[in-house]
Amino acid sequence: MARTETVAELPGSPPPVGRTPTELLAWVFRLLISLIVPLVAFFVLYQGFIFLRDSNAPKLVIALVAIIWGVGGVALLFVLSNWLVERLPDVWRLRIQPYVFIGPGIIMLSWFLAVPVVRTLYQSFFDRTSTNFVGFANYAYAFTSPSMLESFRNNVLWMIVGTGLSVMFGLLIAVLADRSSFESIAKALIFLPMAISFVGAGIIWKFVYALSPGKEQIGLLNAIVTGLGGEPQGWLVKGPWNNFFLIIIMVWLQTGFAMVLLSAALKGVPGELLEAARIDGANEFQIFFRVIIPTIQGTIVTVATTILIATLKIFDIVFVMTNGNFGTEVMASQQYKQMFRFQDFGRGSAVAIILLIAVVPVMIYNLRQFRERRAF
Amino acid sequence: MGEKQRRGFAKATVNTILALLCILWSLPTLGLLVSSFRPRDEVLSTGWWQTNPASFTTRNYEQVLAGKEFADPSLPGGVARGNDMGGSFLNSMIVTVPATLIPILIAAFAAYGFAWMNFPGRKLLFTLVVALLVVPLQIALIPLLRDYTGLGLNGTFLSVWLAHTGFGLPLAIYLLFNYISQLPRDILESAFIDGASHFSIFFRLILPLSTPALASFAIFQFLWVWNDLLVALVFLGGNADVAVLTQRLTEMSGSRGQDWHLLTAGAFITMAIPLLVFFSLQRYFVRGLLAGSVKG
Repeated sequence: MARTETVAELPGSPPPVGRTPTELLAWVFRLLISLIVPLVAFFVLYQGFIFLRDSNAPKLVIALVAIIWGVGGVALLFVLSNWLVERLPDVWRLRIQPYVFIGPGIIMLSWFLAVPVVRTLYQSFFDRTSTNFVGFANYAYAFTSPSMLESFRNNVLWMIVGTGLSVMFGLLIAVLADRSSFESIAKALIFLPMAISFVGAGIIWKFVYALSPGKEQIGLLNAIVTGLGGEPQGWLVKGPWNNFFLIIIMVWLQTGFAMVLLSAALKGVPGELLEAARIDGANEFQIFFRVIIPTIQGTIVTVATTILIATLKIFDIVFVMTNGNFGTEVMASQQYKQMFRFQDFGRGSAVAIILLIAVVPVMIYNLRQFRERRAF
Repeated sequence: MGEKQRRGFAKATVNTILALLCILWSLPTLGLLVSSFRPRDEVLSTGWWQTNPASFTTRNYEQVLAGKEFADPSLPGGVARGNDMGGSFLNSMIVTVPATLIPILIAAFAAYGFAWMNFPGRKLLFTLVVALLVVPLQIALIPLLRDYTGLGLNGTFLSVWLAHTGFGLPLAIYLLFNYISQLPRDILESAFIDGASHFSIFFRLILPLSTPALASFAIFQFLWVWNDLLVALVFLGGNADVAVLTQRLTEMSGSRGQDWHLLTAGAFITMAIPLLVFFSLQRYFVRGLLAGSVKG
């Protein structure tokens, strides 16, 4: 794909006036090729689309077609559009080619995230079927209905307790691992839940919390409680404490994430700094709180923000464990319910907008950081 | 106490506390793994810590993986209901592989464009990417559901690929841009002087050089898509034929909530691939985490 071609003879350039008919014919032929190749390609892709949408072929066949069509199709689109652009005169090629590279990405981003922000905002001012304008009624509902207020309270619990505990445990384990004799094994064990889905983690912990009324307890927690002479409990049923038992699952999953980032930051604390503090007679606790914590503050903020956003949007754990019953509803589960159980797109949109507004400070912070960090 | 003894004591304390935390963190998963191999009656009558390894069986796995019918001589009809986790496993694969590869390809092109090409609107468009990093995907569910209904896409794999591609792109473009824009300038310049086009530089130079960043993002996206429940629930809906593992497990948890021998086996099946990916590619995963990851 060398760029040394003689640009003037390419089909995108003006027809070579005053040349022989053979040359003109060749030019027309090339123009036709430029049109036919993309058309054929799009036809093939479209057939694949129809096949995937309507086919009843065996699953394995569909799987293979799907993977080849999906990945190959995208690659083909890039190759083709680039092929077309490379046939244009230099001026136009240079102007258009960047958009061949970024275009598909920007189109997808716009369709799936940017434009939906506007559409959802618009719909949040309409009724359940998006036909009648209702003003702020959906927001009024969101901020007054008891079940929504309950989910706000729970989300705040999730964000404070979940984030706080994850960061604390992450930091504690990072510090301990750094000084222990089995750092890599310990880190791998703590990190492992990161690979597990919220749903899988839900099952794991449902089993830990399991209650067998009137029988021997098979759930670990109730077995420990009865072993200590207590009464077995339905941990997920009694509010508001059940929220904490759900939050523990999140902490169990996210501590590994916090630990990895904080551990890397700890290793970046200069040794001379610690030595100097030791020589000045500081004990380990003073060193930790007065030297280490201030040094890795930036990482702590990053970790906490990331986990905050994850807890804000928490859905799967609640959906699997309690389905929002027993006073455990959160915003994302409310949104899902409004959409699918109550078919109320207006209220569902309003809840989504509230979620978005909650992350706006982080968005602004990110943008500011980005602007400061590099002359883009 | 001498200095040396004091140090030794401190180290022993650190090791003990850390070991306790590690045990605490691993017990829930261990309980799941052990229970998934115990026969039904044992799982339901005694705690997993009282297990008898001699009675371990793979029956639970066979039953949850099986389709509609599963031969079980101990039952009156001789047939138990399977959970078709085998089919869901395949569905999860169909969803995850393209939903991982497609955004990588699109994002790599875009990242190259942002890093090495000049065009009007470049800064504005990249600001859009950064802004979208933290936008919750909940914002898009209702509009997309409408679009998909119009296109006849609801309940198809294509709908989920597109959604995961769209939702994964901000992070993908951002991570890959950070990496690709740091590549040494002179490599590209000498390629340009040799007459290479952007396209061939991208395929022959940039993609191979960016392998670490591509691998990091691939692991993220793979785990994210494989473990996702919400997007699958919304766009694949109640169609049992296309249900992915997380949907199937959720459904089992509702309908067979007390069948712990099956739930534990089912949960472990959903975890097997992520754990495999995770342990074989942990290095890249950690590197990706450190490169900064806030997912919307």
